[in-house]
Amino acid sequence: MSEAVAVHGGAEPAEAPLTPESWGKLGMWLFLAGDAMSFGGLIVGYGILRHASTKWPVPAQVLGINLTAFMTFLLIVSSVWMVLALAAIQAGDKSKFNRFLGLTILGGAMFLGCQAYEWTHLLSHRLPELNIFFSTDLFATTFFILTGFHGMHVTGGVIYNTCVLAAVNRGRYQAKHVEIAGLYWHFVDLVWILIFTFVYLL
Amino acid sequence: MSSTAHSQNNYIKIFILLSVLTVIEVGLTFLGLPKMLLATLLVIFAVWKAALVAMHFMHLKFEKKTLTVVAIIPFILCVFLILMLLPDIYPH
Repeated sequence: MSEAVAVHGGAEPAEAPLTPESWGKLGMWLFLAGDAMSFGGLIVGYGILRHASTKWPVPAQVLGINLTAFMTFLLIVSSVWMVLALAAIQAGDKSKFNRFLGLTILGGAMFLGCQAYEWTHLLSHRLPELNIFFSTDLFATTFFILTGFHGMHVTGGVIYNTCVLAAVNRGRYQAKHVEIAGLYWHFVDLVWILIFTFVYLL
Repeated sequence: MSSTAHSQNNYIKIFILLSVLTVIEVGLTFLGLPKMLLATLLVIFAVWKAALVAMHFMHLKFEKKTLTVVAIIPFILCVFLILMLLPDIYPH
């Protein structure tokens, strides 16, 4: 097992940028770069529409940030559990790996639960109260598109991580596969950090 | 083994830093700062946090340069996207 290669990458001898070990990671990074452009386009579009709009509510007053600050915390914690799961499987400790990846999946699922609650609350109570409709107000349209696109990524990540957990336990996946899944999961966390700031706080 | 313990310790440190930065970010919004200053500070904090996740959790700090190049390209393209759209944002 080529353990801890990533952690101790600094000590690696100089080598060609493409090695069989890095193909998977490179593939995931290329996918994430494309995905980042999708999010980038949506966030930039959000900024331009918001700037050009004459009527834009203060997001924090409409959305409330206590729940979403907690959701941010959930994703950060779940990212930490993911790196700890990777460290555990690189050290060959399978039960610790199972525990931490299980917690990672749980964190993602809890995030989705919070988001489902948030959306339900917004759509059935908060937005009608304020006379904001997602079909006509750009504020609501951009909000649901951005958080929805991200929520789909979290859903995908929870499914992906569950598959990785199962595949590792059946002996089909090793540490390198966990590392690639980790890249995706941290990316989802990273994007949420940006969305939390741009959509909720600004 | 000791180096594994070290890197785990590092992950926890990054986690604490990320949490503290998030608390500061949320706290800033309650201070009633001027809009421009608040926006600038929030963007700095957000980019700082995103960089921490990419460098440490996604191991970019310890990876080959190729991956860093791949990771940076979308950010450069997004800056271009904003620059090219500026005439639309400020038409005069």
